[in-house]
Amino acid sequence: MSADSQTTEDRPDEGAPPEDRWRRALREIVESSSMVVFMAIVASMIIGGVLIIFADEAVRESAAYFFSRPGDTFSAIGDALGSAYSSMFNGAVLNLEASSFAGVIKPLTQTLTMATPLIFAGLGLGIGFRAGLFNIGAQGQLLMGATFGAYIGFAFSLPAGLHLLLAVIGCAVGGALWGFIPGILKAKRGAHEVIVTIMLNYVALYLVAWLLSLDAFQREGSDNPISPFVAETAQYPKILGVQFNLHLGFLLALACAWGAWWLMERSTLGFRLRAVGANPSAARTAGMNIGTATIITMVIAGGLAGLAGSAPVLGTQKFLTDAVAGTLGFDAITVALLGRSRPLGIVLAAILFGGLQASGPSLQVNAGLPVDIVVVIQALIVLFIAAPPLVRAMFRLPAPAHEKEVAA
Amino acid sequence: MTATVADAPAAPVSGAPIPPKKWGAAIALGVIALLSLIFFGFGTPAGSTTRFVIARKTDFIQLPSLTVPSELAAILLSLVGLALAGWVAYRANQRRKVGIWLPIVYGMAIMGALLTWAGAGREATSIQLTGLLTSSLFLAVPLVFGALAGTLCERSGIINIAIEGQLLAGAFLAALIGSMAGNAYAGLIAAPVAGALVGLLLAIFATKYWVNQIVVGVVLNMLVVGLTGFFFSTLMSDDPSLNQPIGLEKLPIPLLSKIPVLGPVLFNQNLLVYILYVAVAVLQIMLFKSRWGLRVRAVGEHPKAADTVGIQVNRTRIRNTVLGGAVAGLGGAFFTVASGLAFGKEMTAGKGYIALAAMILGRWSPRGALAAALLFGFADALRVQLGAIGSPIPSQFLAMTPYLATIFAVAGLVGHARPPASEGIPYKK
Repeated sequence: MSADSQTTEDRPDEGAPPEDRWRRALREIVESSSMVVFMAIVASMIIGGVLIIFADEAVRESAAYFFSRPGDTFSAIGDALGSAYSSMFNGAVLNLEASSFAGVIKPLTQTLTMATPLIFAGLGLGIGFRAGLFNIGAQGQLLMGATFGAYIGFAFSLPAGLHLLLAVIGCAVGGALWGFIPGILKAKRGAHEVIVTIMLNYVALYLVAWLLSLDAFQREGSDNPISPFVAETAQYPKILGVQFNLHLGFLLALACAWGAWWLMERSTLGFRLRAVGANPSAARTAGMNIGTATIITMVIAGGLAGLAGSAPVLGTQKFLTDAVAGTLGFDAITVALLGRSRPLGIVLAAILFGGLQASGPSLQVNAGLPVDIVVVIQALIVLFIAAPPLVRAMFRLPAPAHEKEVAA
Repeated sequence: MTATVADAPAAPVSGAPIPPKKWGAAIALGVIALLSLIFFGFGTPAGSTTRFVIARKTDFIQLPSLTVPSELAAILLSLVGLALAGWVAYRANQRRKVGIWLPIVYGMAIMGALLTWAGAGREATSIQLTGLLTSSLFLAVPLVFGALAGTLCERSGIINIAIEGQLLAGAFLAALIGSMAGNAYAGLIAAPVAGALVGLLLAIFATKYWVNQIVVGVVLNMLVVGLTGFFFSTLMSDDPSLNQPIGLEKLPIPLLSKIPVLGPVLFNQNLLVYILYVAVAVLQIMLFKSRWGLRVRAVGEHPKAADTVGIQVNRTRIRNTVLGGAVAGLGGAFFTVASGLAFGKEMTAGKGYIALAAMILGRWSPRGALAAALLFGFADALRVQLGAIGSPIPSQFLAMTPYLATIFAVAGLVGHARPPASEGIPYKK
């Protein structure tokens, strides 16, 4: 798990006495922030394990007579952890109990499917973080994107390729529009983007709830606030055949990751955005327009979050409800943080969290554990990642000679 | 916003630039009053009447219900709103501010017009004034506690996005301990402990590890949602006796609770609501009149200066964040023991974020937080009431109002919201 490779390169060589090549390599690995990421995941899994043990009925029952037969407690603990972690593996990576090859790799494709919206939205948030903007509004942007895309998808009938293209563009436009509002309010009125984006999440939620009560959005013959199914011409094609849910959106997300990398690392615009994020005063002195940079960043971030909305409405669920965003917007924040706002890191983090979420049903069925354990592990990972000194202290890792400030 | 500075003429000090005239508030109020005149005033069918029921059947003193001609009343109330907007414009031209009374009277006039319009010509139903106010206060309770928590933290320089998590943790522990003890008051004592623990985590990550406070807040919210959901689906569903719907009983205050309208609204409530009155008053005085409050605000505005005179910056921040967490946790008890409900997954449903909005709209003061939270509670109660009488306004738009009001406030379209100067910045010696 190397979510972050670049921070190891830019550590200055601090003229220490020459040391053994192997020891030096080992020291660099132990000091690296990739090690912190790995250890944070390990620590979160351990704490998650403690919760699983605590909640397991067999463990609690056998703990009642722990001192007379301690072996029972330990075997119950072993059973609880074993069934939890094996069903996680079976649900997210490879299902070793399946009979066919397709059945064995199905969890892996499911993981990638779940990762798709997280990649999109995580990329948008990552660009925002690097430009110094804290966008909590991916949830609302995603919902608006999903609404625009779904409407184009079910209200029009167009030829196959064009329809999908327009629906995907609709998702991006819807999200970008919802990102533009906090952008312009910050640029022109100095309104703090955290507050505005939080509030806009709820405005979007109620707006969509209202739209779904209108005839134009309501599915015929249904009393529930759900939209008609998106036309087949506007759905993402399945890229591995009909037995897998993995759809074209995943490849589009990877393309966006490359695009985000190119934008931030190779383009003039990306350089400007990074400069504004790193030091707004210096950027202003250098003649950059902070307000414009803010608006552009929020529009791009919103557009990517809107594309995340295409994954459910055009890929998996294929219709619009006001719950279509789930908690994707907030999960994407954790993805962007874990991925250190870098595209490669975000893709890997999204696959990790996508896998955790994909394992939910398997945990529920095979281990009898609620899906919430996944949320706990996810939150713990990000908490630990955010505080490298804490993780280093827990595992007694040496501190690097040059401690870098944690990226927002 | 305070009355003391309201009447001070903005005399230009020699050399200082003359402040620009601020027309935003006047325009906003004028436009809303005009819309009210067009929609509620002229939109009401002529000749119809609206019936306001003031007292409930259970009240001690029975007041007769009030029936007004709808169109005339709605037009008059809208004109009052327009006149007040004109007064704001007049004051703005003189570069003077207006007192706190104006937005209150203005809000009452426009709301009156709306209610008159909504209830016009509906013989079968009527507008339940006392019921509306009672549920406004009731729905505002968690918002007030949450906004107080936010105020306590942010005045010391820590951004508390984790209010939602603190409310949820409080609700969970209140239900758990209350059910285990078989006593709702035990839950009321347990709730602040849960909130304080979440606050402690926030404080440690913010002051010791200098983690971005918004990151910690968002992640703590997720963590609490996950943990409470996990225990709800395992411990509590394995053993339902750990999650019982037990409620605090109402404690009517003798005499005071018999006052018409105000009595049943304010003085026939449970203990949590009375704690709320005390908390708002105490925190308002402590924050702005005591040595402790001055120190807290100094830490939030200029930590280096505070440190120079010997105030322990990070210790103050940790203490305030834990105290704030406890206050929010207590507010969480509203959802379970104070409402007589069992714990449910994610039962706070975003109330923590509305509390954050109330804190901003209340300009980081307990008094303002109370006013903003009551306004939001009223919007929520109105949504329920209008839904009951079948209003043409989609309920979703009423539900949106707190969020839109906050966006307007932070964008400076109506007044200006200025947070403590050093919030969100870790203090490193």
